Amino acid sequence: MLTNKKSLWLSGPYLVWIAGFIILPLLTIFYYAFTNLQGGFTFENIVGAVTDTANIKAFGLTLLLAAAATLIALILAYPLAICLAKLGLKKQKVFIFLFILPMWMNFMLQMVAINVILEDNGIINYLLSALGFEKIHIANTFGAILIGMVYDYFPFMLLPIYNTVSRIDGDLINASKDLGAGAIRTFFKITFPLSFPGVISGITMVFVPAISDFAIAEMLGGGKIMLVGNIVEMSFTKGHYYQGSGLALILMAFVVISSLVSGGDAEAEGGAILP
Amino acid sequence: MKNEKLIELVGVTKSFGTEQVLKNLDLYILDNEFITLLGPSGCGKTTTLRIIGGFVTPDTGKLIFDGKDITNLPPNKRQLNTVFQKYALFPHMNVFDNIAFGLRIKNTPESEIKKSVGEMLSMVGLSGYENRSVVSLSGGQQQRIAIARALVNKPRVLLLDEPLGALDFKMRQDMQYELKNIHKQAGITFIYVTHDQEEALTLSDTIAVMNQGIIQQIGTPEDIYNEPKNAFVADFIGDSNIIDGIMVKDCLVNIFGVNFPCVDTGFGNDKPVDVVIRPEDVILTSPEKSDMKGTVTSLIFKGVHYEMEVMARGYEWLVHSTKMEPVGSEVGIYVEPENIQIMHKPRSEDEEAASVDE
Repeated sequence: MLTNKKSLWLSGPYLVWIAGFIILPLLTIFYYAFTNLQGGFTFENIVGAVTDTANIKAFGLTLLLAAAATLIALILAYPLAICLAKLGLKKQKVFIFLFILPMWMNFMLQMVAINVILEDNGIINYLLSALGFEKIHIANTFGAILIGMVYDYFPFMLLPIYNTVSRIDGDLINASKDLGAGAIRTFFKITFPLSFPGVISGITMVFVPAISDFAIAEMLGGGKIMLVGNIVEMSFTKGHYYQGSGLALILMAFVVISSLVSGGDAEAEGGAILP
Repeated sequence: MKNEKLIELVGVTKSFGTEQVLKNLDLYILDNEFITLLGPSGCGKTTTLRIIGGFVTPDTGKLIFDGKDITNLPPNKRQLNTVFQKYALFPHMNVFDNIAFGLRIKNTPESEIKKSVGEMLSMVGLSGYENRSVVSLSGGQQQRIAIARALVNKPRVLLLDEPLGALDFKMRQDMQYELKNIHKQAGITFIYVTHDQEEALTLSDTIAVMNQGIIQQIGTPEDIYNEPKNAFVADFIGDSNIIDGIMVKDCLVNIFGVNFPCVDTGFGNDKPVDVVIRPEDVILTSPEKSDMKGTVTSLIFKGVHYEMEVMARGYEWLVHSTKMEPVGSEVGIYVEPENIQIMHKPRSEDEEAASVDE
C-alpha cells in the first residue's frame, strides 16, 4: 500500500497544471487589478469597473440574460424531466443520450448552426415567408443570444433535475395517494420538494456560466451587444490589462457569490450533474 | 372478528407483460379479521395487496368494498391505508409532519392533528419523537412511524406489505407481538403480506397460502399447519417429509414397501398419493421394532430439539426430536396413524409444489 506521502506524488502532474494554468493566471489578474500604470497600488481599476456607465449597463444586461436563460431552461426542463423519469429504463437511456448529444458537438459548430437557423435569410425566415408570414429580424439581437444560451446550457438544467426526480421512490408517491392526496397535492407536497436539490443544482449550473459568458454573445450577437464578458475580452485584446483585470475580478465575485448562494449543498443532496 | 364480508375479490386476473400473476382469484376478507397472504416471491401476494390498495388495476374481475364496487376508485378515495415494504416515509418531513400528512390533506384543525399524532406516537411507543428527522430513526422506529401514519387516518383496513422484512430477528419478534396488540386496539381489518410462514402462523386469524397466482389453501393457522391440502402448502408451512406412497386401501398406506396404518379414507385402492409427515411426528425406535429401518446420517442441535436425518429405504427422513441418536446408529421409524397426511398427487402444474425461493 502506498503511504499518504508517497501517493501525494501521483497528483504531481495535475498540481503542476493547476499552478501553471489556474493559480498563476489568478495571481496575475489580482496583481493587475490592484496596480496602476506606474506600478503602484490602487483601487481605481475596481472602482472604475463598477462606476463606468457602459460597464453598469453591461452588468445589468448580463444578469438579465443569465436570469432569463436560466428561467426558460428551467421551465422547459422540469416537465421534461418528469416525463423522462416515467418512461421505461431503456427508453430513458435513449432520450437522455439524445439530450446530451449536442454537448459532445463542438461549441463553435453549435453556434454557427444556430446562426444559420436564425439569420435574416435563414431557415426560420425561409419557413415564415414560405407560409406567407412577414420575416422577423432575430439574428444579432438579445433574443438570439438568449436562444443560444438556453440551447447550450439546457442539458445542465435537465440532468440534475432528472437525476433527483428519477430517484424518488415510487412508493413515496403511492404513500401520498394512499393518505388521500390527489395528483396535484402529491406533486407540490412530495415530488417538487424532493426534486428541489436538483432544481437548485440546475439553476447553478446554468446561471453561473451564463453570467461569465462572452462567446455566445459574440457569435450570436454580431459584436453589437456587450456583456461583461465581452468588455473583459475586449480590454485584454486591446492591451488594457489593468481595467480588464479589475472588471474580471468583479465578474469573478459575482460567479463565486451566486454559486455559493445556490450550489452550496445541492450536489451533496443528490443533484450532481451526471447520472 | 365479525362475520361480515368487508372486502371481496371476484375473478381477479392480472398480467404483467406475458406473465400472468393472478389467475382468476376469488377471496373475501371479513371485518376486523387479521388475514395473511402467504407465499414465495412471485406468487401474486403483493399484487393482490396492491390491487386492494388501488395501485394496480386488475385486468378482469371486481373488487367489492363494503358492498360497493371500487375496482376503478383511485387510492386516495379508498377507506384504507398502507404500510409499505420499505416504509416510504417522506424523507423531507419530520416525524410529526409524516404522521400528520393524511389529516392535513383532510383539512383537520391543527389542534386536533396535534392531539391525534400524540395519541398515535404513544400507541407505538415513540412519544417525544415529534421533531426527529425520519431518516435518523432505526428500522424498527421507522416501521412504527409508518404504522402510526397509516392508523391516524382511522382507516377501516390496514394493508401491510412485508412490513417486518427489513428488521433483524429479535426486532421482528418484538414487532410481531406489537402488531397483534395494535390490531386488537385498533379493532380494524389487517391484510398482511409475507413470505415468512412463522410470522403468518403467529399473527393471523386466517392465512391464504398462495402460489403461482392461485390461492392454494385458506384457513386458520391450525388448519393450514395440521391439515395441509396439498404438497405445496405442506412444504411451505414448516418442514415436511413429502414422500411418494401408494394407498393400498382405506386406512393403509405403503411407503417404500412398508405398510403404515393411517386414518385417511376414500382414495381408492393401490392409488399413488403424496404422504406428508411432519418431522416432529417421526418417532425413532430400536431397529427391531419397525420394518422401516435406517441409519442416522446427520445430527444438529437446534436448541429446542435435535434435527436428524435418517436414511431409510432410499429416502432421507427429516426428524425433530428431543432425544438424540448419534450419527451412524441404526434406528427404526414409527409414525402414529393420525400424524400421516395423505394427499392426491397434483393434477395440474398449478398445484405442483414450486421451489420455495428464500
